[in-house]
Amino acid sequence: MTGDFTGSPIRRLEDAALLTGAARFVDDIELPGTVEAAFVRSPHPHALIRSVDSSAARNLRGVHAVFSYADLAPLLTKNLIPPDNPKLKFAESTKAIVLAEEEVCYVGEIVAIVLADSRYVAEDAVALIDVTYEVLPSVSDCRDALAPDAPRVHREAPDNVVARFRTEYGDCRPAFAAAAHVLALSLKQHRGSGHPIEGRGIVAQFDPSTEGLTVWSSTQGSHRVRNTLVDIYDLDETLVRTITPDVGGGFGSKHVVYPEEVIVAGAALLYKRPVKWIEDRREHFLAAIQERDQYWDVEVATDAEGRLLGLRGSMIHDQGAYTLLGFNVPHNASLAVPGPYVLPNYQLDVTIAATNRVGTIPVRGAGYPEGTFTMERAMDAIADELNVDRVEIRRRNLIPADNIPYELPLKARDGSTTHYESGDFPSCLEKALKGSDYDRFAERQAAARDQGRYIGVGVANCTKITGRGPFETGIVRIGPSGRIAVHTGAMPMGQGIKTSYAQICADQLGVEPEDIKVIAGDTGTVPMGIGGFGSRQTVTAGSSIHLASIEVREKALKTAAHMLEVSDQDLELTNGEISVAGVPGLSVSLADVARALSGAAGYARPKDMPPGLEATVNFLPTGLTYGNSVHVVEVDVDIGTGGVRITRYLVVNDSGRLINPMIVEGQIIGGVAHGIGNALFEWMGYDDTGQPVTTTFAEYLLPTAPVVPNVEIIHHETPSTVNPLGVKGVGEAGVIPAAAAVISAIENALTPFDVRIREAPVSPPRLIELIGEAKARS
Amino acid sequence: MGPPRVVKPPPFRYHDPGTLEEAVALGASLDNAKFLAGGQSLMPMLNMRYVLPDHVIDLNRIPDLSHIGEAAGRLVIGAMTRQRDIERSDLLHRHCPLMRKALMQVGHPQTRNRGTIGGSLCHLDPAAELPAVLAALDATIHVAGPDGARDIPMTGFPAFYMTPAIGHDEIVSAVSFTPWPAGHKSAFVEFARRPGDFAIVGVAALLDFGTDGTVNRAGIVLAGVGPAPVRCTAAEERLTRRMPDPDGIRSAALTCADLEAMEDVHASPSYRRHLAVELTSRALRSALAGPGAGSLV
Amino acid sequence: MTDNHELPDTRSVVLVVNGERREIDVETRMTLADCLRHKLGKTGTHLGCEHGVCGACTVLVNGHSARSCLMLAVQANDAEITTVEGIASGDGEWHPLQQAFHEHHALQCGFCTAGILTSMVEFLGENPDPAEDEVREALSGNICRCTGYQGIVRAVLDAAGRLRARNGAISP
Repeated sequence: MTGDFTGSPIRRLEDAALLTGAARFVDDIELPGTVEAAFVRSPHPHALIRSVDSSAARNLRGVHAVFSYADLAPLLTKNLIPPDNPKLKFAESTKAIVLAEEEVCYVGEIVAIVLADSRYVAEDAVALIDVTYEVLPSVSDCRDALAPDAPRVHREAPDNVVARFRTEYGDCRPAFAAAAHVLALSLKQHRGSGHPIEGRGIVAQFDPSTEGLTVWSSTQGSHRVRNTLVDIYDLDETLVRTITPDVGGGFGSKHVVYPEEVIVAGAALLYKRPVKWIEDRREHFLAAIQERDQYWDVEVATDAEGRLLGLRGSMIHDQGAYTLLGFNVPHNASLAVPGPYVLPNYQLDVTIAATNRVGTIPVRGAGYPEGTFTMERAMDAIADELNVDRVEIRRRNLIPADNIPYELPLKARDGSTTHYESGDFPSCLEKALKGSDYDRFAERQAAARDQGRYIGVGVANCTKITGRGPFETGIVRIGPSGRIAVHTGAMPMGQGIKTSYAQICADQLGVEPEDIKVIAGDTGTVPMGIGGFGSRQTVTAGSSIHLASIEVREKALKTAAHMLEVSDQDLELTNGEISVAGVPGLSVSLADVARALSGAAGYARPKDMPPGLEATVNFLPTGLTYGNSVHVVEVDVDIGTGGVRITRYLVVNDSGRLINPMIVEGQIIGGVAHGIGNALFEWMGYDDTGQPVTTTFAEYLLPTAPVVPNVEIIHHETPSTVNPLGVKGVGEAGVIPAAAAVISAIENALTPFDVRIREAPVSPPRLIELIGEAKARS
Repeated sequence: MGPPRVVKPPPFRYHDPGTLEEAVALGASLDNAKFLAGGQSLMPMLNMRYVLPDHVIDLNRIPDLSHIGEAAGRLVIGAMTRQRDIERSDLLHRHCPLMRKALMQVGHPQTRNRGTIGGSLCHLDPAAELPAVLAALDATIHVAGPDGARDIPMTGFPAFYMTPAIGHDEIVSAVSFTPWPAGHKSAFVEFARRPGDFAIVGVAALLDFGTDGTVNRAGIVLAGVGPAPVRCTAAEERLTRRMPDPDGIRSAALTCADLEAMEDVHASPSYRRHLAVELTSRALRSALAGPGAGSLV
Repeated sequence: MTDNHELPDTRSVVLVVNGERREIDVETRMTLADCLRHKLGKTGTHLGCEHGVCGACTVLVNGHSARSCLMLAVQANDAEITTVEGIASGDGEWHPLQQAFHEHHALQCGFCTAGILTSMVEFLGENPDPAEDEVREALSGNICRCTGYQGIVRAVLDAAGRLRARNGAISP
C-alpha cells in the first residue's frame, strides 16, 4: 500500500520562504567578522602581467589584504582545476588554472583578490591596483583560431586546437554514393550564458581551532566543490563541509567549480576570517561560463522519398581559453544529431578550438539544442528540396514505435550505447499536429498573406539523454522526534525537487509531504554526491529516495510488529501511525518506532533490528533514460521591421512518469522561454580581439514577459524501464528543440521570399538583411 | 582598456539642496560634481563607475522643480517632474497626446516612477523618446546657472553625443512648448527588441490640418538614428500643403532613406535607415487613424 | 577621490520599512538595496544586475515601485519603504498575490520573485482588472529566468480577481 502523492500537482513546499523574503541565499549569510572580496580581472583578451602594484590599495582604509598568485601559491598543491574526467586528453595549455601566474588569456581572468570591510571598499581598492600588462596578440573567433598563423591563445601552445574527435557509426561513403539527394548545410549556432538572476557567490569560513573549513556556495554541485578544494589545498575531507543555501537558478552556470570558489576558500584559509564574494552581473558576463559558438558544415543524403541515408560533416566548437569541465557541449551536440530519426550512417568530425574568451561549458541543454538544430534544419532543407511537407518528411524518418527499444551505436560519456528504452515518437508528433491544428495552418497562412501578414509554423523533434549516473544518494531518516528527514546529494536550484522528493517519500511512509524535511546540498549530511545537471536528479536521487523510503517503511513495520507482538502482515501505516488492521487502539507511531530503534543505554534493541530507523540507498541506474519532445510554434513576422511575434506554442513532451505534473510543466515552460532566447534574443558578442561587447542586460537580451507566449503542453507518458519510478529527466526538455522550431517557423513565414535561415539566434536586423538578400537573388 | 568592471558606486560627497538657487550655488562651487535627477541613467553609470564624480548634487529635494501647468499659451513641465506624472497628466494629454503615447514606451513603470523629464533630456540617449518628442514640439529648455537663467531652443540643446549644450554648473529647470492647435494628430511609433527597451528607431509625428484637410504643418523627428534627435525636414516638406494620402506618406517616409545613421551593438546604419522609412510611414498612418487633440482653453 | 576615500561621507537617515521606523547611519553612496539588505536585515530584496534592468530589487517607495539599486539609501530618508517582507497583512496572512503565486507555480528559484510581487502590488492597485496583455506589459521590467512567465501572469490575473472580490466585500 502506498499513497498517491506521486503524480499529483501538489503545491511546492519551497514557496513559503521564497514568497515572504525568508529564504536564505548565499548573500544572505552574514557571519561575524566577514570580509568581502572583489577581484582584479584582466581587461585584456591576452596579455602578460609585468607587475602588480597594490600598495595604494593596501593602504586604503578598510582594506584587509590583497592576494595574488604568489600569496596563494604556498597553499596550492597545483595551480590547476582538474576536469571531470582525469583521463580526458586535450591541449595542456588549456587546463583550467586557479590564478594567473604571468599570462592572462581572456577578459575577466583573475589577477588578484582584494579583501575589505565591504564590497564598496573592495571595489575602490581594485581601482587602485596598478597592473602593468604587456598586451599580446589575441584570437576571438574559433574559425580564425585554427588558421596556421593565428595568434596563439596561450603564447607557448603549438596551436589553438584543444582536441579533435569523431563521432560516427555506419559507413557514410556508400550511403552518399547511392543517395538520390545530397544537400549541404552550413550552420552558425550560438548560445549565450546561463544568467540565473542570482549570480554565483561563496562564503568561506576557516576555524583555526578545529581546522575546519566551511563553505557556502551557490553551486549546482556541493560535493564537487568540496572535492576540488580538498584536492587543490590538500585538505582532510572530514574537515571540509560545503553547504548550498537556496540557489537562485543555475542553468549550467553553477555546474563547474570556478577559480573564484577556490580563491575565496584559499583567502579564508590564509586570512583566517570569513570571506564573502558575491558575483555581480558584470562578472557573470565576463567570467561565468557560456556555451557560445559552433560552426557546422554538414551534408545529408536521402533516398528519393527523403529518407535519411546518412549525415556527415564537421563542426568547430569555441572552447574559450580554458577547459573547465571537459568537452560535454560539443560531444553532446554530436550525439544529439540523430534524435528520434532513423539515421543509418553518421560521421561528424569535431574540432575544439581555443579562443581568447572565457571558457565554455554546458548551459541548460548542453549541446543538445545545437545537435537538434542541425538535424531539424536538415529536415526542413530536405522537405524544400523534395517539395514535400516538412511534417511529412519527419514522419518518414521517425523511428517507428514498434522499433522501441532502439539501439544506436553512439556512446555516451559513461561508455554506454544510446538505447531509447521506451517512447513513441510518431504518436508524439501526431498529438502535436492535432493539438496545434497543423493541417489547417496552410489555410490560416494563406488568409493572413491576403492581409499582408506573414505567419509561419515550425515543428521540431528531439530526444534527450537524461538521468546520468553514476549515482545520487538518498537517505531517509526518522529520529526520536518522529520527524522525517530526507538527505541527498542532489542540488535544488529552483526546480522544486524538494517537493518532488517529499512526495516520493510520503507515499511510502503514509505521511503528508509537508511532514518531510528534505536537506540537499550539504556535504556534512551526505558523504558523496554528484549534483544538478543534465536532467538527472529525479531519476537518480528520486529513485534512491524511493527505495530508501521503502526500506524504512519495511523496517518500521517489522519493528512495530515486534513491539506490538503481531505479524507485520497485519499492520498498516497511515498518518504516521502503525496500527493493527481492524483492531482500534492497538498502534505505535513512527516516532515510537524510531525511539525504540534509537536505543537506550545498556538495554536491548528490538530483536534482529539494526539500530536506527533509517536507510541509505545509492540507486545504480542500469542505463540512461531518454526523453523526447515535439514543439510546434506559430510566428507572425513583421517584414517591415524584422520583428517576430510568437503567437502559439505547443509542446508534446514525454518525460516518463510524472512525479509532480505542475513542476514538470514549469520546467518545460521555463525551458521554452530559454530556447526562445536562443532563437531570437540572446547573443554574447565579442569584438575581433576578444573584448566582450555585450556586458549589460541592455545589450544581452533575456526574454521578458511580453515576448514569451503561453505554452500549451500535452504529456505523453511512457514510463522509463530503467528506474523504479519510471521517470525521465525534464529539466532541459523545453529548451532543446525550441530554437529549431522557432527558426523553422520564421523560415516558413518567409516562404514567399525564399529565405533560408542557417543560424541562431536571428535578430530583426538580420532578418531584414536575409529578406533583402533573397529579394536580390530572385 | 575598459573601465573597472564593478557595480557599486564610487565614493563621493552627497548634497541635497532644497532650492534651485542652492543647487546652482553648489554646482558653481564644487569641482567634479554631478547633478542627480531621477537616477535611472546616472545611477547605473555610477554603479558601473563609468562616471566618477567627487560630488553628487541630488535635485530630488527641490519641490519647485516638479510641476505641470500652462502659462501664456504654453505648457510648462518642471525638470524634476516624474515621467509617470507626465504620462498621467490629463492637461498634457488633452493638448499634447504625443507625450503620453511616447511615455508609454519609455522604460518600465518602475523606471518611469523615478525617471524625470529633465534627467532624460540631459542624459540625451540617442534612442530616448522624450528628447525626440521635445524636438518635435520645438520645445524651449529653461536652464538656471550661476550667471542667471537662460532659454535654449531644443534644436540647440544637444551639443554632441549624449552631451547637452549647457555648462557643468547649469541645471535644466523646466521645459515648455506651445501646443499644436486643437484637432492636430500625433503618433509615437518605435521598434525595440523587447517592449520597454530603448528604441532602435523611434518616430514622433505631428500633423496639423487646414479646413480642406490638407496638411498645414508636419513635425517628424526620429530617435535612434543620429547622436541626437533628427528632424526630418524633407519628409515634413513633402507632407505640407497636400492631402495626407498614401502616396504622400510613402514619399515622405522615403526621404528618411538618405539619413546618416549610427551603428551600435543592436543595429547597423542600413537597418536604422530601413526602420526610419518604415516607422515614419507607420507613424503617419497611425496619427491619421487616431482622434485629434483637444484645445488649450 | 583620495579625500573621499579617507573620510566616508555618512548621513543619519530615518527609513520607515514595512511600517517600522529605523534610524541609521549610512554612507551616502550606499544604494537603498544594499542598505535594506545589509543594514536593515531585509534580505528578501535581491540584487540581480545592479544596473537597473532585471527588476529583482524592486521595492515600494511611498507606495511607488522603484529599483532599489538605482536609489541611494540617503534619498529614501523619511520615506516609507515596503519590501517583500512587508506585503502580507499585519497578522501574517499572505497577500493575495503571494497566495496566487503559490497556487499557480509562479516561482521556481524565487530570486526574482520579491521584485515581481512588489511591482504587482502597485500595478493591481492602479489597474484592478487588467487584461493579460497589460499584465505582461507590467511585468516587462522584471526578468525571470526560470518560469517563462506563464504562471506569473496567471497568478497576477487570479490575484486581481481575489483583490476585487475582497475590496468589493468591504465597500459594496
